[in-house]
Amino acid sequence: MAANRMPPFLKTAAMGFVVLWLLVAAFPFLWTMWGSFKVQGDFFSRENWTYALWGVRTTVETGGAFTGAGYHGAWVTNEFWRAALNTGIVVVFVVAISLTLGTLGGYALSRSNFRYAWWILIAALIFRAMPHITLVSGYLLPFFQLNIWGYLATSVIVLVAINQPFTLWMLHSFFQSIPKDLDESAMVDGCSRFGAFRRVIIPVMWPGVITTGLFSFLLAYNDFAVTAMLLSQENQTMVPRIAGFLGTTQVQGNVMYAVAAVVSATAPLFVLVLFFQRQIVSGLTAGAVKG
Amino acid sequence: MPHRTFFWFVLPSVLAMIVFIALPIASVFMQSLHVAHDRVMVEVENCGPFGCKKEMQVDAAATEALRRAEPLGQFAGLSIYLNRNHLATGELAQMWSGASSLGAFLSSMFALPFYKALLFTLAYTFVVTPFVIVLGFAIALAVNAVPRVLKGPTIFFSLLPMIITPLIGSLVLFWMIDANGVIGATIQRLANDPNLSLKASAPLTWIMLMVYGIWHSAPFAFVVFYAGLQTVPADTLESAMIDGASRWERIRYVVIPHLAPLATFVGLIQLMDNFRVFEPVVGFNAEAHATSLSWIIYNDLKNQGEPLYGSAAATSMLTIFGVALLLSPVLVRTWCDFSRKR
Repeated sequence: MAANRMPPFLKTAAMGFVVLWLLVAAFPFLWTMWGSFKVQGDFFSRENWTYALWGVRTTVETGGAFTGAGYHGAWVTNEFWRAALNTGIVVVFVVAISLTLGTLGGYALSRSNFRYAWWILIAALIFRAMPHITLVSGYLLPFFQLNIWGYLATSVIVLVAINQPFTLWMLHSFFQSIPKDLDESAMVDGCSRFGAFRRVIIPVMWPGVITTGLFSFLLAYNDFAVTAMLLSQENQTMVPRIAGFLGTTQVQGNVMYAVAAVVSATAPLFVLVLFFQRQIVSGLTAGAVKG
Repeated sequence: MPHRTFFWFVLPSVLAMIVFIALPIASVFMQSLHVAHDRVMVEVENCGPFGCKKEMQVDAAATEALRRAEPLGQFAGLSIYLNRNHLATGELAQMWSGASSLGAFLSSMFALPFYKALLFTLAYTFVVTPFVIVLGFAIALAVNAVPRVLKGPTIFFSLLPMIITPLIGSLVLFWMIDANGVIGATIQRLANDPNLSLKASAPLTWIMLMVYGIWHSAPFAFVVFYAGLQTVPADTLESAMIDGASRWERIRYVVIPHLAPLATFVGLIQLMDNFRVFEPVVGFNAEAHATSLSWIIYNDLKNQGEPLYGSAAATSMLTIFGVALLLSPVLVRTWCDFSRKR
């Protein structure tokens, strides 16, 4: 736009607003990350908030300005590594399975003009709006009856299903942007529909699949409602585990374990944005431009 | 694409949705019509040195057997929907006839658990959604005006509040506004009131949760609007400028109409997501002052001893009804568009 013709005062105002927003957006994370290497007396300082900056109590209690006690408590004493491992397993399988199902379904939906294709998409939109916890209240009793409650595999399948509506919509609009002529010419050359999909569409679909995969990852990684209710104690993933910490650590005065666990769980997301910023942005806008 | 091929392509995906989304909704409906069996009581005679007494005791084995035979419980019709923890029709009628004024009636109505949660959920949805759209638009305009080199890092940091796990995001803010945390302590000092706590008062808790909601969702609106700004037709802007439109008029009459469809999209997604607000209530430990519909379902399921399936299911059905009501204008519009196109 006309950025170069802006009057200077407006430019300064815009600049100031952006800086203010960046502060609001990023400060909580930087503050918590910094504070996770301090003792509780510093991070929750009664006397003076600058204690958290310099680690005054930390120096008194541990001899150095930084301490890894919170991390040690969370990862070793409270076996947070087990939760991290479970999260890894759940996330990998959810992403892999939902992309497999989603590409097949999304491709078919984008190549079909029948009325029921539209109905499937609308049903998916309604399912997308369902609060996850209402679905969970439907799962619990049947899962107890079938004796499949508490296993990672159960949660994986449930998360895949919850994720399907979104995956279908994303991949549907992505495949629509791939010209039909491509797979149709392959079929003229003698490919079956699936053959055309495998030989022609799969090689060109990766940008859309990666973007959709990122959002599937976020859904599985960030989920609390499903994993908190459907996993047994020893199979818990990171997010319900952190919620569990809160109940017990407040009593022991070890909030720092929870702080350390929270920072540990945030780190992968940081890395994700760092490397896939462009894909995340394009994914967010892809839906919007279509709608 | 022939029907047969289409069927095989979509089968896995549709099957997953039917089994794990449609069937659970049916299951929720069934559960909402049943209550758990009462404990089976048996009369036993206890004979001691002072003669015999007859006592009622819980027959654990028989209770277990009955509950196992009929896990749903006994049929209760619509009674769960109407009881005190849900629509509370009886209590409402009583309050209506007993209340001195409309205000008194409303305040006792919103003390009932379901209405209390409904009020917060609706307030949250309808406060956060417009704020997110406005703030997101403002950030997008501002970022569009800063030098190009700053845009990448700005977008990086802006994305963080949005992709963060909601529970973790709310915990991070919760620790900062703790009475001993950096923001909480600063506010105490500014207000000169050492006992001021953001957690202790209901209005402050509401504001806190809504601020979290805006912080969490504004980046989404920002990114969508920012992408939209790049597609504003330069010709239209230029001709508006030649016609003497000021900077503000150009935004008002060219940019905003161009972005209006995007605003509808953001609004729709935000309505759906904000209506299921849940994790912040857990993260901020706010259930004393602010409960949401999702939270009371969670609370019923977490109930000590045994989960209250019937109660949770009834609230779930009411929530699903709310979602359907919220979505209905959009669905009707899509249907009209679709029919016109054919």
